Amino acid sequence: MILFDTVTKLYPNQTRPALEDASLEIEKGEFVFLVGPSGSGKSTFLRLVLREERPTAGNVWVLGKDLSRLSNWKIPTLRREIGTVFQDFRLLPNKTVFENVAFALEVIGKPKAHIKKVVPEVLEVVGLEGKEERRPDELSGGEQQRVAIARAFVNRPKLLIADEPTGNLDPGTSVGIMKLLDRINRLGTTVVMSTHDAQIVDQMRRRVVELEHGHVVRDQSRGVYGYAR
Amino acid sequence: MRAQFVASEVGSGLRRNLTMTLAVIITVAVSLTLFGVSLLVRAQVDTMKDFWYDKVEVSIFLCAKGSDTPSCAGGAVTPAQRDQIEADLESLRPLVQDIYYESQEEAFARFQEQFANSPIVDSVNESALPESFRVKLADPTQYDVVASAFSGRPGIEQVNDQRQVLDKFFRLLGGLQAIALIIAVVMLVVTVLLVVNTMRVAAFSRRRETGIMRLVGASNLYIQLPFLLEAAVSAGIGAILAVGGLILAKSVVIDQILAPSFQFTAFVGWDAVLGIAPILILVGIGLSGIAAFLTLRKYLRV
Repeated sequence: MILFDTVTKLYPNQTRPALEDASLEIEKGEFVFLVGPSGSGKSTFLRLVLREERPTAGNVWVLGKDLSRLSNWKIPTLRREIGTVFQDFRLLPNKTVFENVAFALEVIGKPKAHIKKVVPEVLEVVGLEGKEERRPDELSGGEQQRVAIARAFVNRPKLLIADEPTGNLDPGTSVGIMKLLDRINRLGTTVVMSTHDAQIVDQMRRRVVELEHGHVVRDQSRGVYGYAR
Repeated sequence: MRAQFVASEVGSGLRRNLTMTLAVIITVAVSLTLFGVSLLVRAQVDTMKDFWYDKVEVSIFLCAKGSDTPSCAGGAVTPAQRDQIEADLESLRPLVQDIYYESQEEAFARFQEQFANSPIVDSVNESALPESFRVKLADPTQYDVVASAFSGRPGIEQVNDQRQVLDKFFRLLGGLQAIALIIAVVMLVVTVLLVVNTMRVAAFSRRRETGIMRLVGASNLYIQLPFLLEAAVSAGIGAILAVGGLILAKSVVIDQILAPSFQFTAFVGWDAVLGIAPILILVGIGLSGIAAFLTLRKYLRV
């Protein structure tokens, strides 16, 4: 699903690489936590998967494609198979819940009939039925994140990237979001989630990959957030 | 591609950026109007050249009694000299198309007619006016051939080319056209800069939407098309206004003001306006489309 082969990423005008010789394989259907302090390379890892950045050295494979050989005009096709969720939700404030989810389908040219059918379905999956006509500012943070997840999942992507999805939410709400991501994972979507939330990681007991200074320092199946130091 | 979605994006984009849209429309309209006027002036010069070059002739004035140029030192032209000149002109066919001889009596009659209301008529008598050959050339630009063959010959006072007088006038019009063209080009540059800036602002104000579009895998075309169409629509409106300005210039300035007061010459017809209009629309939409495309490549990268 994702394969990093000795990947190094050095941003221009920086002396220390954001990722250095990182190798990692994530299998289909896995649920992986990416942990580590700020600046450890988590976001760079996710940006490389989305081909928002290219590695300075090494190869990145995503969904069976070598991203270094992927031409620019094929990037959209890759991203249609990857759902993305962020800490700040990234919803359009002037659109309703329904329109926000529908937007993701409209801009890739899906027909209206298809949109009318699948958007209510996915809103039910994330538990937002009955709130189709609300606007983001009328929703709680947890509900807004559910809209974002619905938008990421409406295309039934093979891979879901979540960059600190619970970072802006209180613990109770976070649990609900995690249950939802777990459900999506059980529906067959690989989930890669970066987080700072030790409690969540410890509760879920899934694979944990820890990054520090751009290196993979720990890779544990059924891991916890950190060792007691 | 869903046309309705793109159209609604374009509409909301134009409304959101109303001041910039208006600025683009106005600069496009003004610059293209000037551009159109300069093209119209050129068409006018061409029309007038066609009209006048058909009528211009080279006049070979023969010596009259009292002419004081060196070639007339021998007094008035003799019949032998005159016959020789006519024979030489005949030998220049087919460059020389028509030869018309104007005698002193005819010259005097024409003079009287031209200055009918002037006291000068009374002070001139027939013998003071030169007889002349009026020569019409097949190609008016070949005037030099005639001039070099005849000027300075005994019995010939002067060789005159009417075209040279007209050319001064055409040069003036040409100068006006160049000025209009320079202003038009400067304005078009301003238009391009304005479109670039408008696109930058539009891309920035919609970075949230375009960011999401990128993430969910919208193609570049889908992301950029609404912006490109916005630039094309505002430029198109400006170009249509410019065509309106041109129609106004033709129907008011030319047809109602200039044509009635200068009836002796020809003015451009509607066919010239019809030929210029599509050029204006193409230049307007093309230029702003290209400027927008190049800007977006920089600001809406995948």
